Amino acid sequence: MALRADNITKCFGDNKVIDSFTHEFAENCTTVIMGASGCGKSTLLSMLMGVLAPDSGTVTGNQARTGAVFQEDRLCENLSVQSNLRLVVPGRKRSFDAELEAVGLGGCADKPVRELSGGMKRRTALLRALVYEPDILFLDEPFKGLDSDTKRTVMEYCKKRTAGKTVILVTHDKEEADFFGGEIIELQRPLSY
Amino acid sequence: MKKRLITAGTVVFWILVWQAAAMLVGKSLLLASPVEVAHRLIELIPENTFLSSVLFSTGKIMLGFFSGTVIGVVFAVLSGKFVFFEKLFSPLITAVKAVPVASFTILALIWISSADLSVLITLLIAVPVVYSNVFEGIRATDPKLKVMADIFHISPFKRFVGVYLSQIMPYFRSAVHLAVGLCWKSGVAAEVIGTPKGSIGEKLYNSKIYLETADLFAWTFVIIILSLITERLLLLLTDIAVKRIEKL
Repeated sequence: MALRADNITKCFGDNKVIDSFTHEFAENCTTVIMGASGCGKSTLLSMLMGVLAPDSGTVTGNQARTGAVFQEDRLCENLSVQSNLRLVVPGRKRSFDAELEAVGLGGCADKPVRELSGGMKRRTALLRALVYEPDILFLDEPFKGLDSDTKRTVMEYCKKRTAGKTVILVTHDKEEADFFGGEIIELQRPLSY
Repeated sequence: MKKRLITAGTVVFWILVWQAAAMLVGKSLLLASPVEVAHRLIELIPENTFLSSVLFSTGKIMLGFFSGTVIGVVFAVLSGKFVFFEKLFSPLITAVKAVPVASFTILALIWISSADLSVLITLLIAVPVVYSNVFEGIRATDPKLKVMADIFHISPFKRFVGVYLSQIMPYFRSAVHLAVGLCWKSGVAAEVIGTPKGSIGEKLYNSKIYLETADLFAWTFVIIILSLITERLLLLLTDIAVKRIEKL
C-alpha cells in the first residue's frame, strides 16, 4: 500500500504550517521534499511518519516497517555507537564493522556517542535507520553537518543501501535532491503546494 | 604517577602539620599525635572486638544504604512516571532532608532497638539523595527518545536498558558517590547517640568517656578507611554496570 497524504493541514497556534497537502508517494523509489527553512518540511515528514497528527486530513500507508533519521539525532548518548545500532536489530551480538567503515566511522564501534562530533553522530543516526532495513525510510536532512567529501561517501552508501526502497528525503540542498533523483516536491512559503 | 606523588606529598605535609600541632599543644589528651594514633591503631587491630565492631557497623550501615537506595529508586521511578507521586513524595523528601540526624536518632530510639538504629538513620539519609539524583536523571531523559524507540519498534528490554537505564546511570552513580560518605557519617553519629553494644559508635563514645583521644582518632581513621573502601567498591560495581549497559 502506497504512502498517501490526503488533504492534510497542520497549524501551530495561528500559524498554518501545512495547508491541504495531498500527495501519493511513489513506492520503491525516492521522493525528495524540498523548500526553504521553516516552510514545514519536517512537520510534513512527522505527519507522514505518524508521530504528529494532522489537524485535518489523513495519512495512509505508513503502517509498514518504517525507519527514520529525525531532525535531531535522537541517539542514546551514553551507549556506544554499536549499541545504538544494536537497539534496532534483533539479538545482542551483531557486529557492524563493515557498515561503520563504509560511512567513515571505522574504529568507533565501542565509543560512547557522547564523545562523537556532530557529523559522526549524524552518520550514526543514519546508519541506525539503514541497518533497521525498513520498508519506508524517512530522512530529515540526514547529511547536515557533514563535510563535502564525507557527505559524498555517505550519500553514495545511503543510495546503495536504499535502492529499490521507498524513501522520503527532506532537504533544502539541491545537490542532495539531484543525487537521489526521483520525484521532487517543492514546498513553498507561504503555504501553497 | 605525578598526580599520585602530589597527593602523597600533600598527605605527608598535613600529617607533619598535625604532628607539629600536637607537639606544640604537648598534651595527648587534647590532641593526640599521628605517632600515638598509629601506635594505638596497631594495638587495636589485633583485638577481638575490632573486627566484630567493624563488621557490625559496616553491616548495619550498608544495610541502611542498600534499603535506602532501593526505596529512593522506586520513589524516583514512580515520581517520574506519575505526577501524583512526585507531588506526594516532594514534602516527605524535603522534610527528611531538613530534619537533623540527631532528631531522627532520638525519635528512632523510642521506636526501635539501638542495635538497628544506624540502619534506619542511614536509610533516611540515603533515600533523599538517591531519590533526587535518579529523579533528575529520569527528567533529563529526552522524551523524543521514546518516539525514536516507538518508530524503530525497540523491544521492551532494550528500551528499558538502552533508552532509560543508560541515561539514568550517571545520575545514580553521583547518588552512590554522595550517599555512601553521608551514610557513614550519620550512621556512626547515630551509633554514638544510641551506643549499640559492639559498634564503632560505642567505641567512639567510650573514648570520649575515658578521655582516650588516641582511641578517638584511631577509630575515626578506621571509619574514614571503611567509608573510602565501601565507596570505591560500590562505585566500581556501578561503573561495571555502566560499561555493560554502554555496550548493551
